[in-house]
Amino acid sequence: MLKGLMFLCVLCSSVEQKIYVVLNETVPCVRLLNATHQIGCQSSISGDTGVLHVLETESDLDWILSSGPHPPYMVIMETAFFNRSVMMRMKNSSRVAGVAVIISKTGLADNFSPHTTCPNQNTGVYSESYGSDLANCNGTVWNPLGNGLSYEDFSFPVFALKDENQTQVLRKCYEDHNQRVNGSAPQYPLCAMQLFSHMHAVTDTVTCMRRTDLQNRFSINPEVLCDPLSDFNVWTSTRPLNNSAKGHAADESVVIAATRLDGRSFFWEQAPAAEGTVSGIVTLLATIQALYPVTQEAPPPRNIFFSFFQGEAFDYIGSSKMVYDMEKNDFVIDMNNVHSMLEIGQVGLRSGRSLWMHSDPVSRQNKSVDTEVSEEEGKLSLFSHPLPPSSFQRFLRARRIPGLVLADHNTSFTNRYYESMYDDAENLNVTYPPGLTPDEQLVYETDAAKSLAEVATLVARSLYLQAGGEEKNLNNITADPKIVNISVFLTASFYIGLGPRVHGPAHSVTRFVQYILANLTGTVTNLTESQCQNPSELSTENKDLFSYFWVSGPASVNGTREPFCVRASVRLSKAVSPAFELLEYGSRNYSTWTESRWKSIRARIFLVASRELEVMQPALVELTETKQKNISAKTEIMFIK
Amino acid sequence: MTLAVFFGCAFIAFGPSFALFVFTIAKDPLRVIILIAGAFFWLLSLLLSSLVWFIAIKASNSQDLTLQRGLLIFGVFFSVLLQEVFRFAYYRLLRKATEGLAAISDDDGSAISVRQMAYVAGLGFGIMSGAFSMINILSDSLGPGTVGIFGDSQYYFITAALMTLALTLLHTFWGVVFFEGCEKSRWWVIAAVVSLHLLVAGLSLLNPLYEGSLPPVYVITLATGVWAFFSSGGSLHSLSALCTRRKAEGESS
Repeated sequence: MLKGLMFLCVLCSSVEQKIYVVLNETVPCVRLLNATHQIGCQSSISGDTGVLHVLETESDLDWILSSGPHPPYMVIMETAFFNRSVMMRMKNSSRVAGVAVIISKTGLADNFSPHTTCPNQNTGVYSESYGSDLANCNGTVWNPLGNGLSYEDFSFPVFALKDENQTQVLRKCYEDHNQRVNGSAPQYPLCAMQLFSHMHAVTDTVTCMRRTDLQNRFSINPEVLCDPLSDFNVWTSTRPLNNSAKGHAADESVVIAATRLDGRSFFWEQAPAAEGTVSGIVTLLATIQALYPVTQEAPPPRNIFFSFFQGEAFDYIGSSKMVYDMEKNDFVIDMNNVHSMLEIGQVGLRSGRSLWMHSDPVSRQNKSVDTEVSEEEGKLSLFSHPLPPSSFQRFLRARRIPGLVLADHNTSFTNRYYESMYDDAENLNVTYPPGLTPDEQLVYETDAAKSLAEVATLVARSLYLQAGGEEKNLNNITADPKIVNISVFLTASFYIGLGPRVHGPAHSVTRFVQYILANLTGTVTNLTESQCQNPSELSTENKDLFSYFWVSGPASVNGTREPFCVRASVRLSKAVSPAFELLEYGSRNYSTWTESRWKSIRARIFLVASRELEVMQPALVELTETKQKNISAKTEIMFIK
Repeated sequence: MTLAVFFGCAFIAFGPSFALFVFTIAKDPLRVIILIAGAFFWLLSLLLSSLVWFIAIKASNSQDLTLQRGLLIFGVFFSVLLQEVFRFAYYRLLRKATEGLAAISDDDGSAISVRQMAYVAGLGFGIMSGAFSMINILSDSLGPGTVGIFGDSQYYFITAALMTLALTLLHTFWGVVFFEGCEKSRWWVIAAVVSLHLLVAGLSLLNPLYEGSLPPVYVITLATGVWAFFSSGGSLHSLSALCTRRKAEGESS
């Protein structure tokens, strides 16, 4: 394979192409900062170089950490060794230049969660002053399999190797040059790898934002060092809400149905989050699809407000922002409008047909709240468990409203790969028969789809009842498993991403959910494109109550598309932590997560020569130089003018 | 491959020519001018020959590897011939200049002899040729990697430096011999220089079989050096005079 690459290059006069093999697919681990800490990985500014060594057995670990003669090493880590103990040993060693982790299913342990054991423990509702015996997971440890790797600070780069072909190139280079023969050390030249992922931000968000402010104020060419994590929440309602009327909405009593829209993993922009997030999104979308027509025909007394919160993995960015806006009277409704809340947590791995409803025992000590909750959950009481990590906790922090969180787990997560790269379709047991085209997969009813459709039906009916609807309409509310097309979500990445998207397009998943909602709940109008973009000019259209989308439409038989205008009450609301609006970068109450900036992230492999060869060359120079001086001084004598 | 290799190769390739410049040329402005003009002439020849090669490359099928290799060989030999043509052209220019120089000089006769001009011109050719051979390679030697991942020899940098050194010295010697041949109208000398240059270029095409290219080139360098020494008026007598004078100086001090 390498020889082939060489022949492609026979006319390149560049020596550089003889030396380096650039790895195209790089998946780095980047640095994130909060009010007090930095987490993630860092490389030196001119890259970290190390001799390759594949970590497959315990003796390899000894070789790397103590006995190998060519430190520092660049470790190619087999999947089985990517755990806390090995990574901590690497962290404490000075002989490790960097790590490249092979991401594959072979050798994968039974569980792997790089998240903490108690997600979002400091920004939830339980604290010293509220349910102190339940705070910090004293009551229930939600993620006992969590090893906390995502929250460690590594001073060397860690990359992921997802592309099988690229991993093969690395293995081949290792086998050709670095393999130990009969237990003796390999000879030079050795195969080495250099990883570049230098991060600009250090210490914590406070420091980074202070330095950024200084740059912005005093530098001609300001360098921003980090950006707050931000994106958009998506919300809609069964009865349109006036978007320009902020604060308390008169005569509105709202039932909130919510789920989260994001996920994360150890590596940057990799978050398949199938059980953690996709299950919730798909269920809520199916709920909306089931509920919406009935709420238009037989509207219940209360409004139902559906919300997808972004950034929940990072101390509840989206939900804290919405609550903050509600309290500041900067949102279409406020906390007085909220009647109750139903949140969909991780619902994908139900064993059998069980579904658990979690409520907050502290707020249920209040009689009125308790009555509401008991009505909600139909007389199933779970008194002693705290709420799992959920957006509902942020609402509770502001006001003791009745609410439930639905989940497929009772005490700790059933998700064994919570917030990791392995929380994918396979984790959700979504499998398609072989030979299906992507279009066929889209409408195929998997077992997971059927299970989620059941949950969606239950949620939709509960919401209808909560909103005061009549029981006789309940049979019309059923979620269709065919609509529950998970496959399109299972290839996406749910990492929240950064600020510059605030002005421009939102994260692709956010946009996607927004458009699906518009499809499910909107009506087609016959407006032209310019009218669709400026609907306020028309008296029949109301920009305050609806948003208008110009969509390209389905592809017809001969490939043309007929675009049209859709009117829907779907909106985006900014999801950036209130800490950044209040300029309290060291806030304890709100999320303060930022992502560092960097210049270049890349990787390359090459051969390195021995020190002896390097030193030999200046010695040769000395030899030639001394001879030279002797001769040149005597030219006059030797030659006739 | 780090600073050690960079400096090592740089000094191997350019050390002798730099020393020659410092000790024999730098003090005399006229020699400096002739050196730089010589370098410029070599540069012109390279420009023209590379233009021809470049057009040939673009006009041909880039996927046909044997054709490309053939075009490279053609390019190399064409460049050699063009360099020798420009060497001759420079000789003619310098001949014309000698008369002018003689006219403006203080004492009778020119400030610089044809033999000296030959040496300086040759060194100019050599330095520029060395620069173009070596600079690109030197800049890549600064990085952490060395040549070899695609199967090339790991001695790439040092052999390139040694080859450059040889070529620089060869250009110097050829300059001396060539000008001498032109002065005495010995056309067989010119033919010999051209053939030697073609031979060395051909040997370099044997790379990466370094055993086949470097030792023969160094043998040729040595032989040409001796030839240049005798051609410019040196003799065994002057060599022994050098040694005794050294001995005498040593005894007297």
